[in-house]
Amino acid sequence: MIDKMRRLTIWWLVFLGGLLPLAGIVHGGLYGDLGPNPVEAVLHGTGDWALRLLLLTLAMRPLQRLTGRPGWLRWRRMLGLYSFFYATLHGLTWAWLDQQWDLSGMLVDVVKRPYITVGFTALALLLPLAATSTRAAMRRLGRRWQRLHRLVYPIAVLAVLHFVWLVKADWEEPAIYGGVLGVMLVLRIPTVMLVLRRVLGLERPILARRAGDSP
Amino acid sequence: MLIKKPDPIKSSEITDRAVWQDRRRLIKAAAAAGVGLVAERAGALASRPGQGQAISGVVDTDYGRGLALTDFQDATSYNNFYEFGTAKSDPARHAHSLQTRPWTVRVDGECDKPGEIGIEDILKDFTQEERIYRFRCVEAWAMTVPWVGFPLGDLLKRFQPNSRANFVAFETLFDPQQMPGQQRGVLDWPYREGLRMDEAMHPLTLLATGLYGEVLPNQNGAPLRLVVPLKYGFKSIKSIVGIRFVRDIPETTWWKLAPREYGFYANVNPQVDHPRWSQKRHRVLGAGLFAAKQPTQLFNGYAEQVAGLYRGMDLSRFY
Repeated sequence: MIDKMRRLTIWWLVFLGGLLPLAGIVHGGLYGDLGPNPVEAVLHGTGDWALRLLLLTLAMRPLQRLTGRPGWLRWRRMLGLYSFFYATLHGLTWAWLDQQWDLSGMLVDVVKRPYITVGFTALALLLPLAATSTRAAMRRLGRRWQRLHRLVYPIAVLAVLHFVWLVKADWEEPAIYGGVLGVMLVLRIPTVMLVLRRVLGLERPILARRAGDSP
Repeated sequence: MLIKKPDPIKSSEITDRAVWQDRRRLIKAAAAAGVGLVAERAGALASRPGQGQAISGVVDTDYGRGLALTDFQDATSYNNFYEFGTAKSDPARHAHSLQTRPWTVRVDGECDKPGEIGIEDILKDFTQEERIYRFRCVEAWAMTVPWVGFPLGDLLKRFQPNSRANFVAFETLFDPQQMPGQQRGVLDWPYREGLRMDEAMHPLTLLATGLYGEVLPNQNGAPLRLVVPLKYGFKSIKSIVGIRFVRDIPETTWWKLAPREYGFYANVNPQVDHPRWSQKRHRVLGAGLFAAKQPTQLFNGYAEQVAGLYRGMDLSRFY
């Protein structure tokens, strides 16, 4: 009972936490706090959070393997959906506030500007993942569900590339995101995880465990 | 090659200094007497924000009369000045470490009288004018600023460039203590820019010492910066310490960093896109969340004055 209460509280905290960036942007918009170029501020704000939440989603599997607690995996759906939410706001901000629904201009940009091409592709690929995020869809798709959701890896690579390609000279920030993505991918290599667990003292050496297991 | 052109305005047509100075005195006297003189844009300088030291004796001009000005706050809080960090808000936050007095500019190279000039002499020796110019960044945003300054050509003539002076090269201060952004190798410091001699001598080309009637805030390139309104903002080099007359085209910072993206000329041109984004339209600073972008004009709207400089040039090749 207490465990259930605790779980529900954490759920609400994560849920409300995911809305905080949006609240910050809306507040900034209402109070004219977004600076001299508010459209850019909204574009960057929504884009940053879409990418951050995507990387956070990708951190759940390594955390589960490190701690041995399966509970981490439960947050992937909400975090992933929040990433999709901010990516959608990012795309809508671009189409509406930046491009003023100039469809032909948008089409030209998607085809001609590599950074927009990859950003648009990443958002488009997120769509089927968000659409199949329900338990029912998981059951219906069975093994295919997992294969479909591996799309998250190319999506994350495209999202980082989208950032890299719009920068003029200072690549520090996209490099940090790229580095975090790299770590998330490397931690999925079983040997790397095993070594890391040993280094952190989370895993007893195999021989010792065998000795302990013997009757 | 230096082509001498006759002055477009006959000296007999220029209002005598004594007359306009007297006019200003009369206006002041009238205002003091409580006549209730309504300030209209004609003959009125941009109102001072009271943030910096006023520049005295600023002369009003017709440049940009009627253009809507960008808010002082916007023009001084959204800047590209990588010497203080690469975020737009960094310069306003960090530029206080820049010491702008004393300040000396060294002028040398292909000229008969190389030498140095201090900022105080620059303010004293050259009549400071207010000119409202459009400013268009290569990143597709724009503002409109009432600069205070004087034609670059007036300063250059004093050092008597010789016949080999084909270009003018400029250099920003290099001092990682005062300019902490220089501690990172984001750009190849010091920042360098350049102009063709005829561009440098063109009457539109301004050396700015202030904006909104006051000395330049540090984040806007104090104490002395270039303003070439027909070119993308990165050409308008800030916090200048060196000016050199040179024979060959000088290497400039952004051009050297990414020659496919930034040219030496960098003239504002809606027909020539940046390889990664369109230059057809720009966002106006301070216009708000729901304002549409504005169409960008060839040479940023100064085509009439400067087209002669580029006659016969393929602008898509020499971007």
